[in-house]
Amino acid sequence: MLAWTIYISFLGAALLMVLPGENPRPARVIALLTALAGLIIAAIAVIDCNRHSAAGVLTDVANASWIAELGIRYHLAADGISLVLALLTAIAAVAGILFSWNIETRTREFFALYLALIGGVYGVFLSVDLFLLFVFYEIAIIPKYFLIAIWGSTNREYGAMKLALYSFVGSAMVLVGLIAAYVVAGGKTFDLVGLAKYPYPASFQNWAFIVVFVGFAILAGLWPFHTWAPTGHVAAPTAASMLLAGVVMKLGAYGALRVAMTLFPVGLHTWQNTIAVLAVIGIVYGALVALVQQDFKFVIGYSSVSHMGFVLLGLMTLSQIGLSGAVLQMFSHGIIAGLLFAVVGRMVYDRTHTRDLAKLQPMNLNRVIPFAAATFVVGCAASMGLPGFSGFIAELQIIVGAWKTFPIFAVIAAVGILAGVAYTLRVLVKAFFAEGIAAPPKLPDCDRISLPERAGAVLLLVCTLVIGLFPRLLLELITPSLNSPLMKPLWKAGLR
Amino acid sequence: MNLYLECLTGLTPEGMVIATALIVLLVDLAVVQEKPQTYRTALAGAITCLGCSMAMNWVALMPASVHVAMLAVSPMTQWLKLLLLLMTFFVAVLSWHQRITRHAGEYLAVLLLGASGLMLLVSSDNLLMIFIALELLSISLYALTAFDKESRASSEAALKYLLFGGTSAAFTLFGISLIYGLAGDIQLNFIAARLRGLPGEPLFYVALVMTLVGFAFKLAAAPFHLWAPDVYQGAPTPVASFIASGSKVASFFVLARILLTAFPGARGTASLDGFVPGWAPIFVVLAVVSMIAGNVAAIVQTNVKRLLAYSAVAHAGYALLALLADQRHALSALLFYTITYAFTVLGAFAVVGVVENSGRPASLGEFAGLSRRAPLLSFCMLIFMLSLAGIPPLSGFFGKFYVFTAAASAPPQLSLLWLVVLAVAASAVSLYYYLQVLKQIYAVAPPQSASPWLRPPLSAQVAIVTLAVIVVALGCAPDLLLGKITALLKSHPF
Repeated sequence: MLAWTIYISFLGAALLMVLPGENPRPARVIALLTALAGLIIAAIAVIDCNRHSAAGVLTDVANASWIAELGIRYHLAADGISLVLALLTAIAAVAGILFSWNIETRTREFFALYLALIGGVYGVFLSVDLFLLFVFYEIAIIPKYFLIAIWGSTNREYGAMKLALYSFVGSAMVLVGLIAAYVVAGGKTFDLVGLAKYPYPASFQNWAFIVVFVGFAILAGLWPFHTWAPTGHVAAPTAASMLLAGVVMKLGAYGALRVAMTLFPVGLHTWQNTIAVLAVIGIVYGALVALVQQDFKFVIGYSSVSHMGFVLLGLMTLSQIGLSGAVLQMFSHGIIAGLLFAVVGRMVYDRTHTRDLAKLQPMNLNRVIPFAAATFVVGCAASMGLPGFSGFIAELQIIVGAWKTFPIFAVIAAVGILAGVAYTLRVLVKAFFAEGIAAPPKLPDCDRISLPERAGAVLLLVCTLVIGLFPRLLLELITPSLNSPLMKPLWKAGLR
Repeated sequence: MNLYLECLTGLTPEGMVIATALIVLLVDLAVVQEKPQTYRTALAGAITCLGCSMAMNWVALMPASVHVAMLAVSPMTQWLKLLLLLMTFFVAVLSWHQRITRHAGEYLAVLLLGASGLMLLVSSDNLLMIFIALELLSISLYALTAFDKESRASSEAALKYLLFGGTSAAFTLFGISLIYGLAGDIQLNFIAARLRGLPGEPLFYVALVMTLVGFAFKLAAAPFHLWAPDVYQGAPTPVASFIASGSKVASFFVLARILLTAFPGARGTASLDGFVPGWAPIFVVLAVVSMIAGNVAAIVQTNVKRLLAYSAVAHAGYALLALLADQRHALSALLFYTITYAFTVLGAFAVVGVVENSGRPASLGEFAGLSRRAPLLSFCMLIFMLSLAGIPPLSGFFGKFYVFTAAASAPPQLSLLWLVVLAVAASAVSLYYYLQVLKQIYAVAPPQSASPWLRPPLSAQVAIVTLAVIVVALGCAPDLLLGKITALLKSHPF
């Protein structure tokens, strides 16, 4: 059943491609229905998993021989972590479509590429055969390029090419690591579970781990390989930046956890501190750079680098609480970043045609588009990590985990949170609540916030609130997966 | 008598192709000389396609197994001939709408002679016979390249091709003569037996390098690739696709056969620590230079045909990695790679041919906004370009993946990993220039002067869509092709 999240997305994309005519309405409706179907399937799978408390084991979704000669199987399976991320993908997909309701040019192609990207992302989260995982991982690259290069704004061709090449270089590194792991293990299987059982020699793990980890982490915005993220986010159309920050960056973090850390626990131990340092630098650097940006979207772009730094730091704590915080942060940041990008890109930019904070300042936007202002206030609160929102519980867990493993980093990361509060409040005041001139300039096409926008915003707000108030809902999925036999070697290598 | 009969049965498909060539010529000359141009073209094309189909039928239905004198006909070679004929068929179909020449009969006859050269090439296991087949193929290709008599570039390309080709053929012939002198035989499997114990002899390595020069030229492996950009650009587009597809598959196959049957003992190793001279190090050098030179030069190209030429150089480099793999995977990886590459590049050139047919050279700008003017064609081009770049789930991805995996598992394990790293990096670079083409097609607006719709002829459209379907199908289900290859290799190594 869960496999249909993948198939239905690709089918939707194919349907949109053959759809005759240029009328945008049917294209939107088809895209929305496809994404909703994905959301329903993912939600059912989550509920099902909870009911059977099956989060701790990889439950097969599909398993068939694919390329016999190399022992490659079409093997999809899900445990709690994959389910959480599949659910995130489904929510982000629906919200993204709601916020691209105003795409008028080449609507069909836009949504076809969008759904193809979504299908690839689902595929990565559900694959157990690493060849298959890699295939889906690369499928997700190309739609991103076109979404930005065709529908993007500032510097779109540069941003799109930079993003595509960074992703491709990252996946090239992953490919080298995977091939090497496959060959060393005897060239029989690409199955994650099978390969994880193979005792790779330490010397091999030491280089293979860092190659695969960095290959994935490039997409997760690991400093200093993060530079694609801000430019890519800024150049992308709203829905694409929502997906980029909301889901695509999680592909990187997920791959780092699922593949690099699971396969090479000894290598992980060797590199743990180094990567933690990079993660902490990312947290602080992203926050500080966000503090001085003049472009509204760049602020959110750099904040993503900072928040993803928390994910990577959480992974490196190698403690249960830190890891579960990292996975929760993936979900939480996916929702919150989507929300913030939606406000910036759709609600503000599409109406004012500027993202320059200096120009937005006199516009008194909180009066002109109060709904956007309210949404942004709540989104900012969640992003800052205020209690009651999902960001709080996730970042708290990561800091606690980090405190156990490397206390100094926990302190520095907490400073990063403070800087986060600073840049968030700054942008909030500048964009919406500046003491403007008495009579704000008339914005000619400043129409009211439309229904799809309201629906999308409410969907994301509800998600971050519900998870903030009842984190148990997701932690019940995440924690058993961390104790699964697949993750055992991780604990053996690191601290507990 | 019996021997001749057996030879003749084995050579029937080649005979059919040659007979078709003669019929095409004859009909064109004697029967329809006075008829209008389009009628003549259509008739010649129809006869060519019919002849190819009949030969394909024969190969598919009569799996002969002959091994006499200079001829080795096995299910493997029969199956390869089937594919080569299929490629020729596509080239003939795609030539149909191109205004290459007023003498379609002659053009197609030469194309068929080239095809017969290809077929002979894959089923000869004798150095002299291989040389003759290579020359038959090459001379046909020289003539085909020059066929556009109204274009200066075409003649220039042909001359360049001829001069380079002639020189490298001389090298190969000289190498073969040295091998004959050393081994006293030109039959591949006997050479292996005679040469046992010989490696170490300097003259042998001279002979080996000399022989390989001709093949490196045919494969457009750097530094023997200098003809490729001019020929790909100057030659009529279907001819360029023939050079890039059929000619490459056959040359790679016969190269692998020579190395693996005649010189298995002279392999050598190319790992960084523990160098042993032999042919493997030669190919490592060729592969490294090809991958770097091809990819770097392709980045700055503005003509799509020239870009495809440099990409072909890079792809020859990737394919050479397969030869370095262990015995079990080498040939199947090589065949899978070259066959899928051939179909992809046929499709890419077919799209270029359609765009170019509207009058101007195939510069990148000509592709601007193509997705608005010909959506189906653009989508097929997307598939071909991404397959060349190695994006899953297209066949180019699995081809590369298999070659890289095979090379990495060559004993001793991971000794060639550095080469795989280089290849993967080169392939990441290549995404840039393939995306340049796709950016023109999808992201750039069409020029004001362009007609709103580009209407490709139906024959070309059907061929292009078929090729795109093949590329996607072999990528999603590589077992379709790989299963066949491994089954054939298991029963009949060559």
